[in-house]
Amino acid sequence: MNDAGGAGEAAEVIELEIPARAEFVALARLVVSALAASDSSLADERIDDLKLAVSEACTNAIEAHDAAGSEERVLVRCWAADDALEVCVEDRGEGFDPAQLPDHPPVTDPDRLKFERGLGIPLIRALVDEVEFSSTGHGTSVRLVMRHGGNGA
Amino acid sequence: MDLGLEVEERDGFAVLSVRGEVDVYTAPRFRERLIELVTEGKHRIIVDLEGVDFLDSTGLGVLVGGLKRLRSHDGDLLLVCTQTRILKVFEITGLTKVFSIYDSVDAAVAGGSGGETSP
Repeated sequence: MNDAGGAGEAAEVIELEIPARAEFVALARLVVSALAASDSSLADERIDDLKLAVSEACTNAIEAHDAAGSEERVLVRCWAADDALEVCVEDRGEGFDPAQLPDHPPVTDPDRLKFERGLGIPLIRALVDEVEFSSTGHGTSVRLVMRHGGNGA
Repeated sequence: MDLGLEVEERDGFAVLSVRGEVDVYTAPRFRERLIELVTEGKHRIIVDLEGVDFLDSTGLGVLVGGLKRLRSHDGDLLLVCTQTRILKVFEITGLTKVFSIYDSVDAAVAGGSGGETSP
């Protein structure tokens, strides 16, 4: 646990480093949802939404490390902002451009079944109040914001 | 973290009951079990998600892959799910329109043989 600013009122940042392996995604979900529950500013349903968004972000991070052959860890940081709970998932993969993700065909199109992957980022966008992707050739950072009293983006 | 996968026969369907959390770690076992069933010639499968505590997009990917595989054998994959938080994942991704989702295994067996009572 780090003290973000040193001042008494600064948000406490909780940091979790996980090995970039599939079995650790459950741990990231558990830590973030326990932290969100201890905050009590988010309804249970919203905690479930955040848990799912964190799972998607960590899954993408681990796959990015796998693709890049990186042995580095994935960093999950959480903190309580004034009116929100924020979670940041940082990887050391090769980065991606979220604007370049393909659109899925409409559900009535038989080609829809070709898309077994690529559902994670649309899910994240639908579940959290705000999401910010920052990506360079050296890694991606996904910031998830759950506002108190929010109801998803 | 454990994933439970049990299969039983019901009126010409193979019912695969899934328990626990379906994510990037457990999804490969789920996918393998589904593929095994198809390979064994089970082309009408009901996946019962009532015992699932968590399901993310990797789990959705397994189900979409299973449906695709079964349709290529003129089969079908039906889902049983009444849990709001699991159904929400299907709703957000538009997959409620791709899958037939039933309230119970009984309803799926009846619906899969005729009319659908999907929500």
